[in-house]
Amino acid sequence: MSNNTVPSNKPIKSTDLHIGEAEPGCKKRDPILVADGVSRTFGGLKAVDVDHVEIPRGAITALIGPNGAGKTTLFNLLTGFDKPDTGSWTFEGRPLSGMPAFKVARMGQVRTFQLTKALGLLTVMDNMLLGAKGQAGENLFRAIFPFFWRKQEEANKARAIDILERFKLDAKKDDYAASLSGGQRKLLEMARALMSVPSLVMLDEPMAGVNPALTQSLLDHILNLKSEGMTVLFVEHDMHMVRHIADWVIVMAEGRVVAEGDPHEVMRNPAVIDAYLGQHHDEDLGEDPAAESEHVEAIKELLE
Amino acid sequence: MIDWGAIFSNAAVELISPTTAAYALAALGLAIHFGYTGLLNFGQAGFMALGAYGFAISTLSFGFPVWGAVLVGIGASVIFALILGIPTLRLRADYLAIVTIAAAEIVRLLFTTNTFQAITGSANGLSGYKGGFAGLNPIPEGRYGFGPFEYNEYDWWLRIVAWSIVALACLFTWQIMRSPWGRVIKGIREDEDAVRALGKNVYSYKMQSLILGGAFGTIAGMIFVLPRAVVPSNYQTSLTFFIYAILLLGGASTILGPVIGSMVFWVLLSFFSGFIARAVEAGWIPFMTSIQAGQLRFILVGVAIMLIVIFRPQGIFGNKKELAFVK
Repeated sequence: MSNNTVPSNKPIKSTDLHIGEAEPGCKKRDPILVADGVSRTFGGLKAVDVDHVEIPRGAITALIGPNGAGKTTLFNLLTGFDKPDTGSWTFEGRPLSGMPAFKVARMGQVRTFQLTKALGLLTVMDNMLLGAKGQAGENLFRAIFPFFWRKQEEANKARAIDILERFKLDAKKDDYAASLSGGQRKLLEMARALMSVPSLVMLDEPMAGVNPALTQSLLDHILNLKSEGMTVLFVEHDMHMVRHIADWVIVMAEGRVVAEGDPHEVMRNPAVIDAYLGQHHDEDLGEDPAAESEHVEAIKELLE
Repeated sequence: MIDWGAIFSNAAVELISPTTAAYALAALGLAIHFGYTGLLNFGQAGFMALGAYGFAISTLSFGFPVWGAVLVGIGASVIFALILGIPTLRLRADYLAIVTIAAAEIVRLLFTTNTFQAITGSANGLSGYKGGFAGLNPIPEGRYGFGPFEYNEYDWWLRIVAWSIVALACLFTWQIMRSPWGRVIKGIREDEDAVRALGKNVYSYKMQSLILGGAFGTIAGMIFVLPRAVVPSNYQTSLTFFIYAILLLGGASTILGPVIGSMVFWVLLSFFSGFIARAVEAGWIPFMTSIQAGQLRFILVGVAIMLIVIFRPQGIFGNKKELAFVK
């Protein structure tokens, strides 16, 4: 657990994650999460309709797509916060479908939320301690007798301070979480998730509403998760960030997975350009200048 | 002229009266529900009614000893909490409010209906169940005390038991609220989805909270009927609202708030009613009859509560800092 394992400018990318062609639903060498036939409709709208998708272990996977593509709905389904119409999925080989959210989290698959859910009127430290798993004092009868849980509480506190120091929130530990800035709350939410020692961290738009000065430090924290052996799956709109840190990109549009692949490759995929076209055709999708002109050419061709 | 001495001594009596203790305990239960867990329970009167009737019926109809009657009351309130909680705790907070207010009324009407008169005494209620409790009294017969606080042995016994229970309940609540259990409970109040995402079984915690606070209300209901008779009209929704008033007066997520809130509430109520009654007699308020004056005290209590909510919204013991971040 150290701060310096990953240089902030050039992250080491994991490669060779998939088997065969990089196409939607392709097999991975070592998947941590495998989903099959997951669908969810809201009224007449099919929000999610994924035939097959695998999340590679030990890598950072980005889930991108235009607004309304079903990214957050898929997140909610996979973490037990919503129930699918059809479908099944396994996490580390164990079936997860239909399991309530708290059990999913206990198995080591934790998530954060698009709209940050810091527990405002709890101190930063209490927020952190809430993340720790298997606490004896969370049982009502043992809670009455501090000798059952005091030792464990001290150990958890020490670990919380350790994590807070890395996130530079240790000075705030006795303040209400409500007093933190938006970016700090994002950091706190991520730090809190780490308290449960997860194997898969799912971040829903970690960069939304974060001031640019904090962006780099957030990116480093996400890269650190990977270097500590965790798998990361995140939803993001910022293509610069996706290209910078993601090892693998899954593109969704209208509820389906339309493309998968290495971040540089996938942005050239016509299906991806299609997905974004109309909404974003005149926006910078985050390509480097050389590739970008190519990109614009591709779009122009498509328009003709 | 107005007899100020009598007004003040009548008000002081309320400071340690068993009714004040009962309201304090019921408010503490509500603090667990509303102040700590964020559960909008509007049916605390129902829990109190179950305690009162559970105690009285099991003593009168089944001849249970005191401890057995207490257990019956608590058992009834646990079942009541489960019935309320199982369908509603998965839903949004407002549904619990609707269901609890309705369920408390159903309980009261069931105790009022003539169908069960043989057991519940219908609208006349029940009395004559205090023998067992009085029999446990170790205090020898006689009158004790000083000034306005002079009572016979039964009244002292009742006050000692009532306030000991309140003290124990306060200690218990203080202990669990500073434990990891209390942390989860307060987390649920802030955002239950976030707590769920951290691997806590939110539904189970909310149920534990509902049962625990309800049991406090039930024991409060038993204390409430020991100095009087069981009468169904005491358990109207206004009882719940008075307890909410006490809770907000003292501070919603505090331990001592409900206790001090209850004392302030009853002392003020007694003071207002004594003062207004005598002021009408003395002709200070010529446009009012003494019957109208009897209702005026509740209006004054209402005004006092409005003033508190406006000028000290966190209550007497509440933390001002919490209000800086109200959403």
